[in-house]
Amino acid sequence: MGIVIRAKFSGSLVLRSLILLGSALMTSPAFAQVDLSGTWNPQYQEDQPERIPGPALVDYLGIPINAQARQWALSWDPDRLGLPEHQCQVHTAAYIYRGPLQLRIWEERDPQTQELIAIRQYTSTYEQNRTIYMDGRPHPPEYAAHTWMGFSTGKWEGNILTVYTTHIKQGWHRRNGIPSSDKITLVEHFIRHDNHLTHVSVVTDPIYLTEPLIKSEDYLLNTNSGGNWLWPCEYVEELPNADLTKVPSFMPGKNPFEHEFADKFHIPVEAALGGAETMYPEYMKKLKSAAK
Amino acid sequence: MTIRNVMPRIMLASSAVAAVLLMFGPADVARAQGKGKGGGGKQGGAPAATAATRPPNPAWANAEVHTLKVQGNVYMIVGPGGNTAVQIGDSGALVVDTQYEEVSGKIVAEIRKLTSKPIRYVINTSADMDHTDGNAKISRAGAPVIGGNLGAVAFDNGATIVAHENVLRAMSEGPEGKADTNADKLPTTTFFQGQKEIFFNEEPVIVMFEPAAHTNGDSMVFFRRSDVLATGDIFNMDSYPVINVDKGGSINGVIKALNVVLDITIPKHEQEGGTYVIPGHGRLTDEHDVLEYRDMVTIIRDRVQNLIKQGKTLAQVKEAKPTFEYDGRWSAATGPGSTDMFVEAVFRSLAPKK
Repeated sequence: MGIVIRAKFSGSLVLRSLILLGSALMTSPAFAQVDLSGTWNPQYQEDQPERIPGPALVDYLGIPINAQARQWALSWDPDRLGLPEHQCQVHTAAYIYRGPLQLRIWEERDPQTQELIAIRQYTSTYEQNRTIYMDGRPHPPEYAAHTWMGFSTGKWEGNILTVYTTHIKQGWHRRNGIPSSDKITLVEHFIRHDNHLTHVSVVTDPIYLTEPLIKSEDYLLNTNSGGNWLWPCEYVEELPNADLTKVPSFMPGKNPFEHEFADKFHIPVEAALGGAETMYPEYMKKLKSAAK
Repeated sequence: MTIRNVMPRIMLASSAVAAVLLMFGPADVARAQGKGKGGGGKQGGAPAATAATRPPNPAWANAEVHTLKVQGNVYMIVGPGGNTAVQIGDSGALVVDTQYEEVSGKIVAEIRKLTSKPIRYVINTSADMDHTDGNAKISRAGAPVIGGNLGAVAFDNGATIVAHENVLRAMSEGPEGKADTNADKLPTTTFFQGQKEIFFNEEPVIVMFEPAAHTNGDSMVFFRRSDVLATGDIFNMDSYPVINVDKGGSINGVIKALNVVLDITIPKHEQEGGTYVIPGHGRLTDEHDVLEYRDMVTIIRDRVQNLIKQGKTLAQVKEAKPTFEYDGRWSAATGPGSTDMFVEAVFRSLAPKK
């Protein structure tokens, strides 16, 4: 009888322990998740022409811009980047992963509990430090200042880190003048497979996009972690006696480069001017049938 | 108390009155002479002013008020009338713009959460009601620096209200064209050109006049040690510039003032942070936000100027939609700050006068 009782007790204890362990695994958001820490180098096999040499002027293909964004971009004169205050302008969190960079990721944990407080990132291009809060804190109020990297909170969805970001400054969806407003929100997924990291971003812009803009980039783990560089930026006056209060721009309908990219690649200007339709494979069929 | 005991007090009070009258500007003198607490109406020597006549606005009364720490000694109080900047320290509180009277109590309550010291200064960046309507209540929640408690008792004057002379003139005529000004709301210390300098809470505070911008009486307030600039309605983060051409405003004055903001602001790192800018309305900003706004306003000015050179009328300029790509972000739904009124103000600023 005593043996039976002990057996029952032991079984119950094991069962309880398993339930407790299971509960702990399921309720602790940061427990036993993938560790993203390390230095990551981007791979440029995807969208290389846009990401390394840079996009051509008036190449708006594949961006779901609205008519307002198109006019904004067409009036954008690249000379504007020569104005002192624009020279150190940073790619926003919604764009920066497209560029050449090294990305270092590390965790910040509570020294007393070892709970995950935040996942931090250092992006070498523009020396951007980014914090992704994992402790459930709320986003700042609407009237708080915006930054290039915005305010980010994260959560684990299985082994995927999903990040939600607000309070991002006005920037660009593509660095040839396509504007991104300061009203954008950004959802990202960081997905690690061994030494391979995939970053997927979904940008929603109620001012300049008709649909969310979805992009992805791949990274490889770099065990030589000393490769992060600095980016000290100090503006210079590029021309003597220049009127620094003049803002270079093209009058509506007067962009001298409107046909350049389209002509080079023998596509209609309408295609180069982008829009949601140009994101989808069906648009290729439309172009081919229009060419016949 | 004997007569001998009383006389020195009277003499002291008289001397203090004379000293204060000498040191205050003409607006202060008029105010000190003419009225007591809660008084209004036309005062001897004071600009014409009548008691408030507009009905209370329950939407403003019920609106929420929030405080955000900016940096250094400066906070931003967000309410239905836009933004109020508050600088605090050992010497007391300095308040930039007072929003609507209906929320004065809530603004004072927010200031009381920050400091128990008295409100010593109120500064108005323009004469607009959403910047001055709470002057009386917020001023009377404090006391002037000069004369200390004696000054406050002698004149029941509240905190010193500082503004450009044109603000006093505009308020005396009635803000926004309506003669609803309570004399308690009027500036007590005015300046005429350049800038008014105050050293307060161990910090230089510079009230900078920007002529012919939003109106003819705009000032920006720069907290030099805290590195925070309050722009008033020269810069709004929630609409196009509100340009009151009939009150002496102009598009070129707004652009000039925005370029002054860019001259003052210095980013901390990679065009971010450093000098913070509290706009008249809308969220907290830094240089880059002002930069994009300046670019937009300048581009629109250039387009309208170009259309005027082509001989276009106001209707034709509006038809050309010179603000098209900016409307989704910057046009207020109606009224000042809307596309229609902004384009009209730009046109009237630039078109040759007939």
